[in-house]
Amino acid sequence: MSPDTIARWQFGITTVYHFLFVPITISMSVLTAVLQSAWRKTGKDAYLRLTKFFGRLFLINFAMGVVTGIVQEFQFGMNWSEYSRFVGDIFGAPLALEALIAFFLESTFIGLWIFGWDRLSKGVHLATIWLAAIGTFVSSIFIIAANAWMQNPVGAVYDPAKGRAQLDSLLAVLANPVFLTQWPHTIAAAFLTGGAFLAAIALYLLVKKNKEGAPAADLTAYRKAVKLGAWVLIVAGVGSVITGDLLGKEMVQTQPTKMAAAENIQESFADGQAPFQLLPGVDLFPGFLNWLYGTDHIQSVPDLEKQFLENGYMQFNSSTGKPVEGNTLQTEFASSLKDNNISLIQLVCGTDPTACPNAVPNQGVAFWSFRLMIGVGMLAVLGGILMLIWTRKDKIPNPSAGMTLFAVLMPLLPLIANSFGWIFTEMGRQPWIVNGVMPTLQGLSPSVGVGPVWFSVIVYTLLYGVLAVVEVKLLLKYIKLGLPDEVTVSVKEEAEPLSFAY
Amino acid sequence: MTIFDIPASAPSALQVVWLLLVAVLWIGFFFLEGFDFGVGMLVPFLGKNDQGRRVVINTVGPHWDGNEVWLLTAGGAMFAAFPGWYATLFSGLYLPLFLVLLGLILRGVAFEYRSKVDSKAWRTRWDWILAIGSFIPPLVFGVGFANFLKGLPVGPHTTAFGTEVTLYTGTFWGLFMPFCLIGGLLFVALFLTHGAFFVGLKTRGEIHDRAQKFGGTLALITGVLALALVIWGNMAYSLPGQLSWLRLVAWITGIVAIVCIAFAWFMNSKDRDGWAFIGTALATVMLVVMFFAHFYPGIGFDNSVNTGLPIDLTTASSSPHTLTLMTIAACIMVPIVLIYTVWSYFFVFRRRLDTKNIPSLDVTTAA
Repeated sequence: MSPDTIARWQFGITTVYHFLFVPITISMSVLTAVLQSAWRKTGKDAYLRLTKFFGRLFLINFAMGVVTGIVQEFQFGMNWSEYSRFVGDIFGAPLALEALIAFFLESTFIGLWIFGWDRLSKGVHLATIWLAAIGTFVSSIFIIAANAWMQNPVGAVYDPAKGRAQLDSLLAVLANPVFLTQWPHTIAAAFLTGGAFLAAIALYLLVKKNKEGAPAADLTAYRKAVKLGAWVLIVAGVGSVITGDLLGKEMVQTQPTKMAAAENIQESFADGQAPFQLLPGVDLFPGFLNWLYGTDHIQSVPDLEKQFLENGYMQFNSSTGKPVEGNTLQTEFASSLKDNNISLIQLVCGTDPTACPNAVPNQGVAFWSFRLMIGVGMLAVLGGILMLIWTRKDKIPNPSAGMTLFAVLMPLLPLIANSFGWIFTEMGRQPWIVNGVMPTLQGLSPSVGVGPVWFSVIVYTLLYGVLAVVEVKLLLKYIKLGLPDEVTVSVKEEAEPLSFAY
Repeated sequence: MTIFDIPASAPSALQVVWLLLVAVLWIGFFFLEGFDFGVGMLVPFLGKNDQGRRVVINTVGPHWDGNEVWLLTAGGAMFAAFPGWYATLFSGLYLPLFLVLLGLILRGVAFEYRSKVDSKAWRTRWDWILAIGSFIPPLVFGVGFANFLKGLPVGPHTTAFGTEVTLYTGTFWGLFMPFCLIGGLLFVALFLTHGAFFVGLKTRGEIHDRAQKFGGTLALITGVLALALVIWGNMAYSLPGQLSWLRLVAWITGIVAIVCIAFAWFMNSKDRDGWAFIGTALATVMLVVMFFAHFYPGIGFDNSVNTGLPIDLTTASSSPHTLTLMTIAACIMVPIVLIYTVWSYFFVFRRRLDTKNIPSLDVTTAA
């Protein structure tokens, strides 16, 4: 494998793995805070016990998110040094601000929340989990702004003296239409994940503990959690559809090849009759795509590639159906190619053009990851509706192997959908690392040999694999224990045992 | 010649401010994570049984995660303010940084997962993972900073796309020169001492006494290593363009660091836990300042053999626009972070711990 392929695999493995924990952290920090707020407001024991129970599952997950997140911050410089050098003036700031504003808040207040049950007043202690939740949100804003910039590099200019992109307007970076739709889409997906996590675990316990003859108070608590989780899942599902649609419309303009590949468009349409393909080549509903993306004109992958090779990277104007110049950075880059008489294909492929004959993404990956993201995500929403039906009025489903399987699959579905979403986002942007400006190959660290990258990707994969087994074992162990007994929360004297310790 | 002479291609005020801010972030990291690295390494040695080990771990329980963020912020700040520094350094030191990441992953998970299963084998395994995970990063950082003081060799490189960049030209094994190994050992010894004094400050009873004893011996070793590094480093190495008054600063801070270690040792022997901890804390701060006094203007790179574009404070930096925005953010956020960090340490988690404070197993694993 070539060095860039291994480095891309490494980024893919470490990032998809990291993002298994991120959406649960984002949503479960809020849902735990909501449960604790409910306890503070109503004084009902059930809410405190749910807070403690789901809080602990949240923390087991949070630890993995933290440690795998450190790798993210470092690997840009380690594996992608020339990318970092090129974009640091714009891309570095959100990463630094994410750490400074979000990570400090998140980690300090999580520590205060975990260990502060018996040292803080109830109100202050509740505030700590909300502040930690705010930290996770702020973090997501910065990192999605940074990623959205890679998809659509606005607010920047090219500095020929330094040979790099420079920040022109922070406001423009934050007003990036891709960011404004991608962030809500990510958050909706996070709540879809958290809702499924909460509801499925609670349903499993409701069924199991009912059979074991648990007290009515316990069953009531589980039922509350099922309903809360299922509603969060369904509402977030609707939210992810709406935001996904808006994001798709933006991407049709800013990343036409990504969307053309996602819909397998092999011939251009200018008549509003572009059909939708559920499977490759199976045309359904002529005009559906035009309705979906709000344009009569749909350009094909081969046509787009031809335009790129002739004129440099172009965006797409959906109202005129014509290719247009991209943002400032993309335009400046395209004209510098022309001035220096460099062909795009030469730039994208480096010294060996036979190794990558395309200026477009891998179409199979784009097509299938897009469908799997939507399909699996919607399956999860369907599961949420089923859970509401099964537990409506005072019903409790009977235990069965099918029910257990359902409870196991439910939290996995959104995780799978999220992973395909990111695979689509990142692989659909190829062959660019910064869309239309910097080819991925060019971003690689020239000073890092194939050996060290192989070594690190193997060790990461093995270590992450082992940690995944440990994490799942711990989660299952604590899920099976069910709700903790009735707990008291009081400020402790100096010689008393703490109410929580490692 | 005045001692405050300014070199011909002077970096801008903003670039100097950001070098100082990067230094502040590394100081925050080593000051805070320094003792929790030490605590992590000491867990198997200070606690004779599970209860004892849990006392040791819980001294940093609420804090280690926040402490680690200083490193992420330092890395992020280098990326944002000096992309050239971040790019050349992080790719050049690929394997050492990979080792740091492995250490940080292992220790983070160990903190969180150790207490989750009530089994001796499980806990002993995580104790050692915690200790090793806490040992690797300071060792690598110590070797690294000693190398930066010497100056990492860099040279020009033409990429396959025809761009000229400045990259690290040394090898992995070339990082482990004797002087640099002293740096690694010093960081390990210093943080062990710092950690022992932190445990001394935060505990009572048997654990406290053992930590004091360990700390006393470790302080002596640290003092000897610091003496060697400060003298060798300041005598032997000075990178091109270093200002004479900064050389003086490096000497002074280096010597003050040694004095602080001696002070910490003395206060520890007088049973003054707080002063002993302040001693190692100040020694850590002084040593980082000493290193950074060597980073102007070459940010730890040796450009003397570099025939291409030199990589320094001026050439590696971001645009004034980005630096200005980042400065505003830092001026607002750093004080806020310090306020809630101080609140957490000094107001919420103020008490000393002993084995009586450790809840029984079923509280943590079953309740």
